[in-house]
Amino acid sequence: MSSVQHQVQKKGSLMEEILDSREISVQKCYQCGKCSAGCPVAEDMDYPPSVIMRMVQTEDKAMEEAALRSMTIWLCVTCETCAARCPMEIDIPGVMDYLRQRSYEKGMANPKANHIISFHKAFLDSIDYTGRLYELGLIVDYKMRSFQLQQDVDLAPGMIARGKLGFFPELIKGRKNMTDIFRKTLHKKGGLK
Amino acid sequence: MARIGVFICHCGENISATVDCAKVANTIAKINGVAYSTDYKYMCSDPGQTLIKDAIREKHLTGVVVAACSPRMHEPTFRKAVAEAGLNSFLCEMANLREHVSWVHEKAESTTQKAIDIVRTLVEKVKKNQPLDPIKVPVTKRAVVIGGGVAGIQAALDIANCGHEVVMIEREPSIGGHMSQLSETFPTLDCSQCILTPRMVEVAQHPNITLYTYAEVIGLEGFIGNFKVKVRKKSKSLDEDLCTGCGLCTTKCPVKKIPSEFEQGLGFRPAIYVPFPQAVPNKPVIDRINCTYYTKGKCRVCEKVCPTKAIRFDQEDEIVDIEAGALVLATGFNILKTNFFPEYGYGKYKDVIDGLQFERLASASGPTLGEIRRPSDGKVPEKIVFVACAGSRDPAKGIEYCSKICCMYTAKHAMLYKHKVHNGEAYVFYMDIRAGGKNYEEFVRRAIAEDDAKYVRGRVSTIYERDGKLIVKGADTLLNGRPVEIEADMVVLATAGIANHGAEELAQTLHVSYDAYKFFAEAHPKLKPVETNTAGIFLAGACQAPKDIPESVAAASGAAVKVAALFSNDELTRDPLVAVVNRFGPPLFSTCVGCFMCQPVCPYQAIEKEEIKDRAGNVFKVLAKVNPGLCQGCGTCVALCRSKSIDIYGYTNQQVYQEVVALLNE
Repeated sequence: MSSVQHQVQKKGSLMEEILDSREISVQKCYQCGKCSAGCPVAEDMDYPPSVIMRMVQTEDKAMEEAALRSMTIWLCVTCETCAARCPMEIDIPGVMDYLRQRSYEKGMANPKANHIISFHKAFLDSIDYTGRLYELGLIVDYKMRSFQLQQDVDLAPGMIARGKLGFFPELIKGRKNMTDIFRKTLHKKGGLK
Repeated sequence: MARIGVFICHCGENISATVDCAKVANTIAKINGVAYSTDYKYMCSDPGQTLIKDAIREKHLTGVVVAACSPRMHEPTFRKAVAEAGLNSFLCEMANLREHVSWVHEKAESTTQKAIDIVRTLVEKVKKNQPLDPIKVPVTKRAVVIGGGVAGIQAALDIANCGHEVVMIEREPSIGGHMSQLSETFPTLDCSQCILTPRMVEVAQHPNITLYTYAEVIGLEGFIGNFKVKVRKKSKSLDEDLCTGCGLCTTKCPVKKIPSEFEQGLGFRPAIYVPFPQAVPNKPVIDRINCTYYTKGKCRVCEKVCPTKAIRFDQEDEIVDIEAGALVLATGFNILKTNFFPEYGYGKYKDVIDGLQFERLASASGPTLGEIRRPSDGKVPEKIVFVACAGSRDPAKGIEYCSKICCMYTAKHAMLYKHKVHNGEAYVFYMDIRAGGKNYEEFVRRAIAEDDAKYVRGRVSTIYERDGKLIVKGADTLLNGRPVEIEADMVVLATAGIANHGAEELAQTLHVSYDAYKFFAEAHPKLKPVETNTAGIFLAGACQAPKDIPESVAAASGAAVKVAALFSNDELTRDPLVAVVNRFGPPLFSTCVGCFMCQPVCPYQAIEKEEIKDRAGNVFKVLAKVNPGLCQGCGTCVALCRSKSIDIYGYTNQQVYQEVVALLNE
């Protein structure tokens, strides 16, 4: 009756990796397109989320590389609309997250995504040093990394006036623990930085 | 003086949307002889019928016209209602305002006028209607089931278990049909033979079932309740009473390399053979086309080795007439062979096979004992491509319909392959996945998610050979038509399900209608799915359209119930709308001149000769006479009669004349 799970040779495909490391079955996707239909940033993506899923499904090296080099995975804001609506209950943001990680590790990240990666790094720096988000630090860090000095500066006065940009970081109590977490995870070989 | 009641139905909005029903009723009310005329939203509803019945009683009506839908559906309804009110049911006529007027015309003054004209002609006709009595005919309580596949088996067992005699006629040497060839069945993956063979044995052993295998229907006479089926029992060259089925002859037969029909050409059989080990009856037949004795005049090895001396080389075909009250057609379907697809390797590649061949490869009793080995060199294929919709949904190839079973059996094939060859890769090219059915969608998803069948949405364009591999060229339409090229070891085409060979000839023999694809046609697609247009002949299984096993079995049980219902009466009543040759008192007796031109044109052999004798017993006149039991009221004889001596009850010359006059004299 029920099918048996046999010891099958691994193909080394992204789909297998995602299933093994994140327990997300991309195989289950039946290409209904609901994720792409509801994605708030799909218009700006080079491939809609459902196509990324299909590319991973093919287990074809060229297709996998195209997915890893795509802008889609970096534009995904992990809003989870797709996951909430997916009829097969596939954690699509989880797939995007995995693809981002692999893309970065393999140096395949889309060149247009450099600013976005800078922002991710700046954000993590802020958490690493202060244990929480330090807005001004994040901005300065991001601008130093990306050289986007003029970006959004006109927003600053308003935010300062409303107390949204503190000049000093608010530190958490267990900063050491936070640093340990970062050391154990990100600062390992192959992590960000 | 006629007192006609006219009832105009709105049919919800079906008629009233384009026809002014109230105006029709008012105009008709003014016609001479119309005693009552009204309109109502649903005449066929209970209040509608009550309206008619009350009017008949209160207004003392002598005839009724119901202007509504086609008489096909509701004429019996209204005639029954009229009869309940005490009027002869044949004094009720229907005017078809829906199919003939409202559905085919726009709303306009002229549409309403057409409706008025149609009702008017019927009013004039009804004035000339005569009360008629139904014809009673006896019922032979024996059913003939044609075809011994799963549908035929189910129908035969159901009818036999109701206590009626059944004769099953199977063309092949064994019953079992396609289901006996299958490996495992979707969506439960239970073994096909394990569930079928006990039913086959039950048929053979049932006291109410007579089994004729290797036999064909070659003629049908008669009508519902009283059919005479002519069957040719092909010679098996064997005395079946003496044969014990020991099988010695089949092992000694020197001709061994005949491609087996049962194994779909993947295995061989001798010239004297039993199609498969579980065959019912398990007795061999001699294939005279391949037998050395019949082709070269010598051999007779089987005769020498037979311990019971059962071989009969001089046995001839036997023609049997079976009297039956009903027939069930369960002749099944077939599949297109791979040579239908030149682009997929027509006649070139042994490893391009069809779905039924794959079933044999996967079957534990098949030529490979259930191992998936490709036909060309017997190697286990490492990569198989399954092509769905091979021929189906392809107007260019003349098959527009969906074959319905392929999506499911392809998923099953991919699953079976993965279960048997764990490291194999199964690709499925599909256009849509049509998995409507209990647990069907879940089954397909399991094939994809758990058994790793790689589904690619797109149609394969071509298959060719390169370095011992079959190159399958397709496209992934979910990736903007990205070309996909797969180097496969074997390709399985899910070829279209088609009408069985000989279906058209059989339909013509039995006077059963069939569609453009030679599948037998049901009487009504929704409400009469197992009936044919010929009363007393029913349909079961895939002879009607491609069907899977559960559907075939359900249809077979449905047909069996129809037969049992028919047999629940000792007599049948039929509408008396039959032809009649007029008769008078002497000395004229009839206007018939006895030319008998009517006799050869009658499609039902209903015209007989009647001898008119004088008092001394001398024949002085021979007149035509219609057997009302056989006559179907087609009217061909009426058209041909030179002396205008034949009339059809319900459509007499006078009635039709009145209708025409009514139209002319506005």
